Amino acid sequence: MSLTNEIIQQRLIDKFGDQVSGFSDSYGMLQFEAPKEMNLKVLNFLYDDPQLGFIFLTDLTGVHYPDQTGRELAVVYHLHNLTENIRLRFKVFTGVLQPDVYTATGLFSSANWMERETYDFFGINFVGHPNLKRILNVDEMDYFPMRKEFPLEDQTRIDKDDEMFGRG
Amino acid sequence: MSEHIKLPEGSIEKTTTTLNLGPTHPATHGVMQNILELDGERIVSADQTIGYIHRAFEKLAERRPLAQITTLTDRLNYCSSPLNNMGWHMTCEKLLGITTPKRVDYLRVIVMELARIADHLICNSIMGVDAGAYTGFLYVMQYRELIYEIYEEICGARLTTNMGRIGGFERNFNDIAFQKLEKFLDEYPKALKEFENMFQRNRIFMDRTIGVGGISAERALNYGFTGPNLRAAGVDYDVRVHAPYSSYQDFEFTIPVGSTGDSYDRWLVREQEMWQSLSIIRQAYQKVQAFTGTDAEVYHADVPEYYLPAKQDVYTKMEALIYHFKIIMGETDIPAGEVYHSVEGGNGELGFYLISDGGRAPYRLHFRRPCFIYYQAFEELVKGAMLSDAIITMSSLNLIAGEMDA
Repeated sequence: MSLTNEIIQQRLIDKFGDQVSGFSDSYGMLQFEAPKEMNLKVLNFLYDDPQLGFIFLTDLTGVHYPDQTGRELAVVYHLHNLTENIRLRFKVFTGVLQPDVYTATGLFSSANWMERETYDFFGINFVGHPNLKRILNVDEMDYFPMRKEFPLEDQTRIDKDDEMFGRG
Repeated sequence: MSEHIKLPEGSIEKTTTTLNLGPTHPATHGVMQNILELDGERIVSADQTIGYIHRAFEKLAERRPLAQITTLTDRLNYCSSPLNNMGWHMTCEKLLGITTPKRVDYLRVIVMELARIADHLICNSIMGVDAGAYTGFLYVMQYRELIYEIYEEICGARLTTNMGRIGGFERNFNDIAFQKLEKFLDEYPKALKEFENMFQRNRIFMDRTIGVGGISAERALNYGFTGPNLRAAGVDYDVRVHAPYSSYQDFEFTIPVGSTGDSYDRWLVREQEMWQSLSIIRQAYQKVQAFTGTDAEVYHADVPEYYLPAKQDVYTKMEALIYHFKIIMGETDIPAGEVYHSVEGGNGELGFYLISDGGRAPYRLHFRRPCFIYYQAFEELVKGAMLSDAIITMSSLNLIAGEMDA
């Protein structure tokens, strides 16, 4: 029997009850969220369950929503079941003051650098990560540049001596 | 004198040698650093440093209207920019709910497969260079040049192409483009065959690559490998088949797979994919030629809000002028939603995760860059191997610094 979004949703609800929530269909892809303490349980279940078998981590990234108090940062997992050829999107939210989320490196080796990248840009602290340090930015950087409080430079600013770069 | 020499703690007892391979070493083919610990010539450990050409594309994209992000995608995998461009346009089209005409799809397939050939050609011939065979590289460059000339006819640029628009192409392909395509289809197979003869059963090349940098299918999946590198390990995952986009379901082609996942298999998979791409281009070209009359003039979908109107209309028609202004100034609101779309890029699954909150620019855009994800397996691939194997493994992975660092 081929796997559909409804079956996945039912399996998850059977297992986790009301802890998994926010099911929706986003351009054909099942999307849901869970509390951040649950992320490894959910990922493990999706990985190990013989019917689900989401063994491929396509993508892991972060999103910053500064207006959602208490759940400012999101970690987004894109998982893929290659045999049934179905994808899903799984999110956990965390507060910006204590952005601790369990690492998925134990399950997916590919999560290593993706989590480092997410840490680098959003400051999400992946608890248990073997080597959580900056990856694309310089080590000395003391802020997390993809957060929304760091706007891009005003393109019309005139206070800068930029003669050499054609803006003076 | 000797008090000036301060040796690091424990350096006398150290029995291994530390070697910096890169960031500007000619064999790294891009700006990336590998700190190798060597015991003689054997690699004990490898620590990669990347990010030397990080340009904050994801941050920049948060201010740009959709059409202006195409130029950012050019600079990801710059060996196959049109593939990235098309992938981005298709992501936008998915978000906006645009369906493209069949002719546009087929033209896109031609361009994408040409880009794939250009990408594989570089990777395979560079592998030859790293194994000591320079000739093949120079020989096939001629055909990459021809591909670039075709790009030039289509969009005016060669490397960072910014090709196509949301909904189609900026102009129809001209006759010279098709003539050059015919020339390519005519001449390239012969050169590819010769290139293949030079390497495929070459004793030296085989000795240098067989069993070097191998990975099992399970490990490759766990490491998030995609594209030729995953297929070389024996997993027949190809986005073109698993989630057909741009009418790939209309084409007949096979997915070559390897078995051992070593450098030689990766080379073979790319080689076979080039033949498959040639076959796809031929089919697509036939399908394009089958359009007659006004159908043969179709090169974009009818989406005035996102597709720039013709210049003469801008000067003479009110609506066209308004749309022109709104597109150029980026004043079109895009619908809210979250969309993930991926295409089979030159070196794997190139994904675009776009979150829109209904504003004029994406709220968040994330690129799933295949070589960023699979490069972390490098240490596992080369541990215990010789130094020279590390170099050929690196080139067989098709690492593009621009894509890795985004």
